[in-house]
Amino acid sequence: MSGFVKQVLAALLLVALVGVVLLLRHQPAGPSEKDEGVSEEEALKRYGFCLREGAKEAGIDFTHQAPTLDAKLDHIMPIIASMGAAVSIVDFDRDGLLDIYVVNSGEGSKNRLYKNMGDGTFKDVAEELGVADLNQPGTGVCMGAVWGDFDNDGYEDLLVYKWGRPELFHNDRGKGFTRVTDKAGLPRHVNANSAVWLDFDRDGKLDLFIAGYWPDDIDLWHLQTTKMMPESFEYANNGGRKYLLRNKGDGTFEDVTEKMGISSTRWTLAVAAGDLCGSGYPDLFLANDYGVSELYANQGGKKFVEIGKPSGVAAAPKSGMNASFGDVFNSGRLSVYVSNITEPKTLPQGNNLWVHEGAPAGEKTRFLNHATALGIDLGGWSWGAQFGDLNNDGWLDLYLTNGYISAARGKDNYWYDYSQIAGANKAIISDAQNWPPMKGRSLAGYEQKCVWLNRGGKFVDVAPAVGVTDTFDGRSVALADLWNRGVLDVVVANQKGPLLIYKNTVARDHQWIQFELEGTKSNKSAIGARVRLFWDGREQVQEVSGGNGYAAQNQRRLHFGLGKDPHVEKAIIEWPSGQTQELIAPEAGICHKKKEPE
Amino acid sequence: MSTSPPPTLDRPPGPPSAPKKKGLLSFDNRYLAPGLITAILVVGQLTYGIIEVHSSPLLSRLTGGLLSTYSPTFVAILVCIVMELVLGRLFGGRWPHLASAYISGISVGILIRSPELWPYILCGALTIVSKYAIRFRGRHLWNPSNFGVSLMLFLAPLSVASLSQQWGSEIWPILVIWCLGALILWRLGKLHITATYAVTFVLLALLRSQVTGQKFLTALGPITGPMYQLFIFFMITDPKTTTRTKARQCVVAVLVAVAETLFRLTEELHAPYYALFTVGPITNLIEILWDGRRGAAKQHEARKAAGPAVAEPCGNGTTAMAAACPAVPSAAPPADESAGSHC
Repeated sequence: MSGFVKQVLAALLLVALVGVVLLLRHQPAGPSEKDEGVSEEEALKRYGFCLREGAKEAGIDFTHQAPTLDAKLDHIMPIIASMGAAVSIVDFDRDGLLDIYVVNSGEGSKNRLYKNMGDGTFKDVAEELGVADLNQPGTGVCMGAVWGDFDNDGYEDLLVYKWGRPELFHNDRGKGFTRVTDKAGLPRHVNANSAVWLDFDRDGKLDLFIAGYWPDDIDLWHLQTTKMMPESFEYANNGGRKYLLRNKGDGTFEDVTEKMGISSTRWTLAVAAGDLCGSGYPDLFLANDYGVSELYANQGGKKFVEIGKPSGVAAAPKSGMNASFGDVFNSGRLSVYVSNITEPKTLPQGNNLWVHEGAPAGEKTRFLNHATALGIDLGGWSWGAQFGDLNNDGWLDLYLTNGYISAARGKDNYWYDYSQIAGANKAIISDAQNWPPMKGRSLAGYEQKCVWLNRGGKFVDVAPAVGVTDTFDGRSVALADLWNRGVLDVVVANQKGPLLIYKNTVARDHQWIQFELEGTKSNKSAIGARVRLFWDGREQVQEVSGGNGYAAQNQRRLHFGLGKDPHVEKAIIEWPSGQTQELIAPEAGICHKKKEPE
Repeated sequence: MSTSPPPTLDRPPGPPSAPKKKGLLSFDNRYLAPGLITAILVVGQLTYGIIEVHSSPLLSRLTGGLLSTYSPTFVAILVCIVMELVLGRLFGGRWPHLASAYISGISVGILIRSPELWPYILCGALTIVSKYAIRFRGRHLWNPSNFGVSLMLFLAPLSVASLSQQWGSEIWPILVIWCLGALILWRLGKLHITATYAVTFVLLALLRSQVTGQKFLTALGPITGPMYQLFIFFMITDPKTTTRTKARQCVVAVLVAVAETLFRLTEELHAPYYALFTVGPITNLIEILWDGRRGAAKQHEARKAAGPAVAEPCGNGTTAMAAACPAVPSAAPPADESAGSHC
C-alpha cells in the first residue's frame, strides 16, 4: 500500500468517526413528549395526570424577595443573593388540611403561613400567629423552614433557618406560636441553607441538624473582607460548620456535633436524614455545593462516620443542591437524588441518583449512580427535586425545578465570566472582588423544568405536556395532597418569583393509599418511620421526613400510588422506636391514620 | 498534547551517526513528557482525586457486581494506545512507540468532561486517527489532541465540555508542576515556547482587563488552572506539530496567545483550544511551503553545482538528499512516522 492510499484510508476512518460523533451527540430538545399544547384530556390519556398552575385561584399571591447584602458584593449580588425561596408543608392546626409555609428573604419582608381553608383556598395567617416578621435587619434573612414536634405535644413546631439567627417557634396548639429560640439554646448565628429534624439517637425526641453554607463568622451585611467565596469550584472546604443539636427533652438542645463526629465545613445546600445504611438509625446525607457529597453513617445513635468516599457518593465533586429520597425501582430501598449543574458546552456535571449496590450494609454500604442510565441526569442548573407518584401508577416520579439567574434574555450571558473564575486559583476565586460583574446578565436563566415520569425503571420528561411550562428561577419543591383528593399536588418556591401551586388531576382509575403516622414511644411526628407497602407483587418503601429536597418539606403523610385495580396485601410500619406494625390488606383510596402501639 | 518524543524530531534529519554509548544513569528523553504527565495525574489524584469516575449499572450487571465504576480517563488512554498500535502496525508496518499515544490518552481523558463514555472513546480515536489522516508532505498540521478535543467541543457541545475547574485550592501543586515542567521542557529544549506563551498570556490578560474592565487577576485566572498546565506544557510544545526553529516557535506561541485573546474577547469558552486549532495548522503550512521553496532553490543550486548526477527531488527519503536539504520534509512520511512511533 502506498503512503497516499494509507493516508486516504486513515482520512476515511476519520470521517467515519466524525459521523459517529454526530450520531451520538445530544441534540437540542426536540418535539415529542416535551411539547406544549397537549390537551388535559390527552395528557391524562398519555401520562395519567396533568398539572395546572392555580396559586392565584387558591388565594395565594406570594412573590419572593431576595436580600440586599453588603455593597461590596453589588457587582455579583444576583449570585450571592440567589437563595432563600423555600416552602414547607404542615398541618399546623391539626384540622386535617395541609397548610403551606413559605419564607421570604428581603430585609423587612414577611413570611407567609397559608392556612388551608378547606374550600379550595388558602389564607395567610402568619402575621396573626407570629411567624411572619422574621427578616428584620440585624437578624438575618430566612432561607427555609422545617416543621417537627420537638416537645411531643401533638403540634408541629417550626424551625426557621436563616443567613443569620435561626429561630425556633413552639406551636401553641395551632392557635399561635411562641418564640423559644433563646430558651432552646440554638446557635446565635448560622449562615444556613438547610436543616432537618431527625431523631438520631431514637430516644423519642426530635433532634435538629442545621447545615451552614457560608462560614458562621461572616456577616453578609457587614463584610470585613471580600475573601469569603469558596476556595475552589470543586474542592472547597471553607464553608460553614454544621450543628447537630440533641434534644434534651426539657425544651433545650445541646450541641453534640463534634462529639458525634461531624466535622464538615463544606458548602452544604441540602441535607436529608434517613436510614440509608440499614442500621435502623437515620443517616445524614449532605449535598454540598463546590464539592463532593457527604454521607454520615449513624453508628447506633452513638457516633456518625463519614463514608462518602467508600460508599461511592463522593466519587466526583459537583455542585450538590438537593437531596431527596425515593424508592425508584420499588425495591424496598431508598435511593438518593442529588441535583447539580448541567450547562451544555460548559458544565455537564449531570445530576446523580445514588442507588444501593447490594443490600445496605452499615459502613460498607455502596451506591451507584443510575441517573444517566435512567435519563434523569440532565436538568439544567438544577435545584429542588422531589419524588412522588404523580399519576398514581405505582412508580415514583420526579419533579425537578431549575434555573439560576434569569435576567437579560439573549445570548449575552455570564457563563464565560463564570468559567474564567471557576478555573482560577484559590487566591483569585475566593475573593469576591475578583468575580466579574454580572451587569444584568443571565446565568442559566429561563430554564424549562423537568417532570420525569417513571415508566417502570426508565424516566421520560413530560413537563410541558402535563402543563409545567414556567421558567422562573425555581428553588424549592414540595409535594402534598393539598385538597385531600388522593393525589400529589406540587408547590414550587421561586427565587424572586411567585409561589406556584400546580394542582394535579389524575386518571380516575389510578388508585392510591395514604398513611398518616403518629408516634408514641417514637417522636410524635413519626419522623423516621417507614411504611413498607406490598401490593400486586410489588413493594415500595417510604419514610416520614423532617425536611428534604432543597429547602423544602413534603407533607408528613405518606402517599402511595397503586395503579389500576390494585390488590393491597399488607403494609408494614417500621417505627423509629424499633417496633413494627403490620396492617393486613389496608383499604385503598383512603388515608390511614395510625398511632404507634404503646 | 505532546505527541512525539521531542528531541529526535527537533533535530533536522541527518546522516546516521554512530550510536552513542549509554551510561548506566542515562535517560531516554522520550520518557520525560510521559513521566511528567503521569506525575501530574498521580499527584492530582492523590491530593484531590481528579480522575473522573463514572458509575455503570450495566458494568455492574455484566460483572456480577464485581466492577461497578470505571474511569473514562483510563478508557481514553486505552483507546489511544490501542488505536496507535493498530494503525501503526497497519499503516506503518511496525509496532509504534507508545509514549505519545499515552500522553494523548491522558490529555484527552483529563481535558474533556462528559457524564457519558462515548465522548472519551471517540475523542481518543479521533486524536490518534488524525495523526495518520491529516498530513502534508509528511508532517502533521494539527496537534492531534488539540484536534480531537476541539472537534468534540465543536461537534458535540451538548455532550462534552472542557476541563475548566480548578483541581485544588492550594498553590503548591501548581508550583511543583511548573518547576518540574520547566525543568523537563528545558532539558527537551522547549521551555522557550511555554515561557513565551505564558509571558504573552499575562501581557494580553492585562490588555483584556483594560478592554473589558475586568480586574487583572480575573483575566489572569484561567492560566492558574489545571487545564492550562496541560495546555502549555504538553500541547503547544508538541515537537511534531510546532514549527522547526526556536524563533518561529516563539512567534507561533505569541500568535496562539493573540488568537486566544481574540476568542476570549468574543467570550468563547474554549478559547485556547480553538486558538491552537486555528493558528497551528496555518503556521505549519506556511513553514512547510516556505521551507519547500527554499529547499527547491537549494536543490536547484546543488544541481547546478553537481551537474546531472543529482537528479532526485529533495525529500524523497534518500539519505543523500536528506543530508542535503535538512529542513524539507518528504512528501511521503518516513517509515517511522507512518508507524506512528513519534506521534
